[in-house]
Amino acid sequence: MFSILRTIWYVFLHSFQKRITVQYPEQKPYLAPRYRGRIVLSRDPDGGERCVACNLCAVACPVGCIALQATEDAAGRRYPEFFRINFSRCIFCGYCEEACPTYAIQLTPDFEMGEFHRKNLVYEKQDLLIDGQGKYPGYNYWRVAGAQIGGKDKGQAAHEAPPVDVRSLLP
Amino acid sequence: MTSPHPIVSILGIVIVAMTTAAFLIWVERRLLALWQDRYGPNRVGPFGLLQVAADSIKIFMKEDWIPPFADKSVFIIAPAIVFVTVLMSFAVLPVAPGIIVSDLNVGLLFFLAMSSLGVYSVVLAGWSSNNKYALIGGLRAAAQMLSYEVFMGLSLMGVVLLAGSFSLPAIVEAQQKIWFVIPQFPGFILFLIAGLAETRRIPFDLPEAESELVAGYHSEYSGMKFGMFFVGEYMGVTLISSMIAVLFFGGWLGPVFPGVIWFLIKTFFFISFFVLVRAALPRPRFDQLMSWGWKVMLPLALANLLVTGAIVLMWR
Repeated sequence: MFSILRTIWYVFLHSFQKRITVQYPEQKPYLAPRYRGRIVLSRDPDGGERCVACNLCAVACPVGCIALQATEDAAGRRYPEFFRINFSRCIFCGYCEEACPTYAIQLTPDFEMGEFHRKNLVYEKQDLLIDGQGKYPGYNYWRVAGAQIGGKDKGQAAHEAPPVDVRSLLP
Repeated sequence: MTSPHPIVSILGIVIVAMTTAAFLIWVERRLLALWQDRYGPNRVGPFGLLQVAADSIKIFMKEDWIPPFADKSVFIIAPAIVFVTVLMSFAVLPVAPGIIVSDLNVGLLFFLAMSSLGVYSVVLAGWSSNNKYALIGGLRAAAQMLSYEVFMGLSLMGVVLLAGSFSLPAIVEAQQKIWFVIPQFPGFILFLIAGLAETRRIPFDLPEAESELVAGYHSEYSGMKFGMFFVGEYMGVTLISSMIAVLFFGGWLGPVFPGVIWFLIKTFFFISFFVLVRAALPRPRFDQLMSWGWKVMLPLALANLLVTGAIVLMWR
């Protein structure tokens, strides 16, 4: 009996406490830098696409919402011909970001993607590509990778010595 | 004070009761939110006041569906009964001196009779729905409301003894010297609990018990029929709150402000208390509820009546 009155009193005391609701559209919640929201494709410092169309993100995706087609440009750089993410399927797990060998695909702290039509949730490459470098500034896959492309021969990558002619080392 | 034309009184009380009941939906949600550290509806209109309008538009647009297995005529009439009986009770409610639809000399008995009739609505709704959850809800309502009805009437008899009348305005006038809540404190507590049970509010909402019975007796109701149960419940809350104000807290009596203001302040205080109780307390088990009603509340009400009677007799 007493506990009932005490409960009522304690609940009444809540009228003088701060409300914890975040008044969302006016008052934005804090999103951590690593928040897993809208997916973007970043660019390297030179402005080229980081994505090399390796398909690892599409394989890692547990709901299979990523579709892409690889192709090569004249210099021999692989890039996606199209890159499509169906955000009505995406569960924002971040596995694609983990799988990406070139830091191209990244999840950003943004969740305001509401649409009236489901079709509008299918993002094409031009919707996904951003101009910046995202979470990994200064990283350029083609500059550190050993792969040979037009304008960059073997051994010309950063921290890479020119190839050694092993035969010349013979005594 | 001259009393207004009866038609004016009737229209005024009906309109005020209905709008109060409608706005109670908003009031309750805001108050519950306050006590749960939230905001509640605050988007539609100033302070979310137009939420009521939005809700009523929505509920009128809903499909008014009668299940094919239901007993159609009873199913339709059940929500009307709750509405009618509660509105009838407002007829004997004295808002201010002279502002009353009908000053019956058995006003209090009329109120008790009408609130007993309200049980039919719930039982018939549960029965005609032809649904096991609704039926269990209806049965629970019948058992609960009948057993709480018994000591509800008895708890008020102390007030009647002190006032020497069943007429509600006479009871209010008898409280000129002292509000009946002081000499009749046990009666007040008993009536408060019985009133909670009578309006089927949490913690006595076993007839609808969402966690066990889907929605109890109104599981099968939709659209405006459900809305009538809903508004009927809120009108019941208004009615019981104003009855507490009239019977135990001197109705319109109070300094400075006119009677109507005092009556509204007191009523609103008890409405808020009902919401507070809802925010604070869980629902008891059904057998606990019944044994509490019969083994604790009923003897207490009888003892209260006996003691009050003895004191009144000795006094004379």
